[in-house]
Amino acid sequence: MLKGHQSWVFENKPVILGTATVVGPFEGRGPLANDFSIIHEDSMLNEDSWEKAEKVLIEEAAKLAIENAGLTKEQVQFYVGGDLMNQIISSSFAARTLSIPYLGVFGACATSMESLALASMIVNSGSAHHALAGTCSHNASVEKQFRYPTEYGSQKPPTAQYTVTGAGAAIVSAKGEGPVVTSATIGRVIDMGITDPFNMGAAMAPAAVDTMEAHFRDLKIQPGHYDLIVTGDLSKVGYEIACELLKKHKIPMQQTEYKDCGMMIYDYDTQMVQSGASGCGCSAVVTYGHLLNRMRKGELKRILVVATGALLSPISFQQGESIPCIAHAVSIEAGGSIS
Amino acid sequence: MIFLWAFLVGGAICVFGQICFDVFKLDPAHTMTLLVVIGAVLDGIGWYEPLIKFAGAGASVPITSFGNALVHGAITELKEDGWIGIITGIFKVTSAGISAAIIFSFFAALLVKPKG
Amino acid sequence: MANNKKKKLTPTQQEYQELAKRIEPPRPVLKNCLHAFITGGLLCLIGQAIQEMFVHWAGFTEKTAADPTVAVMILISVILTSFGVYDKLAQWSGAGTAVPVTGFANAMASAAIEHRSEGIVLGVGGQMFKIAGPVIVFGTVAAFVVGILTWIIQGGGGS
Repeated sequence: MLKGHQSWVFENKPVILGTATVVGPFEGRGPLANDFSIIHEDSMLNEDSWEKAEKVLIEEAAKLAIENAGLTKEQVQFYVGGDLMNQIISSSFAARTLSIPYLGVFGACATSMESLALASMIVNSGSAHHALAGTCSHNASVEKQFRYPTEYGSQKPPTAQYTVTGAGAAIVSAKGEGPVVTSATIGRVIDMGITDPFNMGAAMAPAAVDTMEAHFRDLKIQPGHYDLIVTGDLSKVGYEIACELLKKHKIPMQQTEYKDCGMMIYDYDTQMVQSGASGCGCSAVVTYGHLLNRMRKGELKRILVVATGALLSPISFQQGESIPCIAHAVSIEAGGSIS
Repeated sequence: MIFLWAFLVGGAICVFGQICFDVFKLDPAHTMTLLVVIGAVLDGIGWYEPLIKFAGAGASVPITSFGNALVHGAITELKEDGWIGIITGIFKVTSAGISAAIIFSFFAALLVKPKG
Repeated sequence: MANNKKKKLTPTQQEYQELAKRIEPPRPVLKNCLHAFITGGLLCLIGQAIQEMFVHWAGFTEKTAADPTVAVMILISVILTSFGVYDKLAQWSGAGTAVPVTGFANAMASAAIEHRSEGIVLGVGGQMFKIAGPVIVFGTVAAFVVGILTWIIQGGGGS
């Protein structure tokens, strides 16, 4: 049901019946390694190319999420997914394997929550019994498409981020036990004229703040409603900017804990990731792996995940365009303890 | 002595490149392009060859020497064959570098996979 | 390189950009320059050593030794690129590995290796010059312009 201008409240309480996260070796050396379902030792996953490896990541995550939900893929009505590759081939080719009716979406690194919001809306409205939401990213395929060949010797500035090699998938269902998706706020495209593709954090922070403001305004709640609010992948630089913007806009984030997935997945001391992590897989694996694990253990009751994405392409950048960004927010509550 | 100058001059040209990266915020492709053009212009005014005599590999290893070689080829042929030499001479001197880069890169691509 | 001088920024955007600039961690320019100086200098030193070897042991002259020296430097760079080592060095050395001709070779080899998955004709052949292409194009055009200017300044005419 529509709440406010751009938010949905899911009165029928769609449940996240099962999740799965599949990551590469670098993520497996990070602090959240124990929260991931599968950690691959070879980032090419024995495939012929990075792109084929990325497709395998999301395929595995989707199949495992369906299994963890106690379902077969024939029981899933829709698959909502997307990724960073041109024409979102990773998700489309996975959809070919899964053979589930497919809605491809593009939200850059905000795809995790965009797909979860849509899947929840579809289930909540009675238009599906079960829907699959998933996304993925791969460090090498993203570097190859957006920046430089992986063996090229370029020096990354301190504002740069490291794309996560990982896929996260969730099954949203009308009934069952598990964390509940309670609401979602769809973001607007925000562009503050930032042009540096090596400083995505600065480009995305305003979009995150805009969506958070809209969420609190639409639902008429305060940040304190949640135990934890996370942004998808602002990383150090974007996170600091977001904190300042939130203060400027008088949003009382001190009522709750505010963190960023891009700052959680890697160990800054041992892993050279400059500002932190990025990629569709970042918010997906941290949310579906780490955060929902904490929720299942009873450590978190209500969280808001604000995934952030930069909607540029190499061509838009070369043509002198700035970087428009978007953020989508989804609130998840522990099952059985909703107040 | 030439070893010392090779080190110092080569290092200095790289520092200029680093300033292009960090201060002028140019990316590697733009920086290399700028350096090649600078090398071409410097040879045009006759300053690059003396630099090579003085600093040896310090001037011939950086990518600026590529611009120098391209101009050198053009000017040498211009002197010998007239105006048509401007076009026919450009790749005469640099063919070793370009050929080597193409050939070795090609075989490397056949032999190894990217490591990410 | 984006050209945003033509774009007019609204006051909100300008204010935001000032905030972003303030928070942006500065690049360690001096440290990077030092690393670039050391690495670039060392690569040129190695080049000089290789050149001396060609002159003293292989019968080349100072002039003719330049070609095989460049070829050897390129081969070394392609080998380091193939072993996945060159990109690891570059985070430390920055322009020190990008500016020497080894950086040019790394640009070509890395592109060729990366795009092998798209086939040897369109992948390796078509993408090899992805990063290094501008160097060849602009070098050639610059040489042409310098050549024409030299011809004009020297009074024009045929041979």
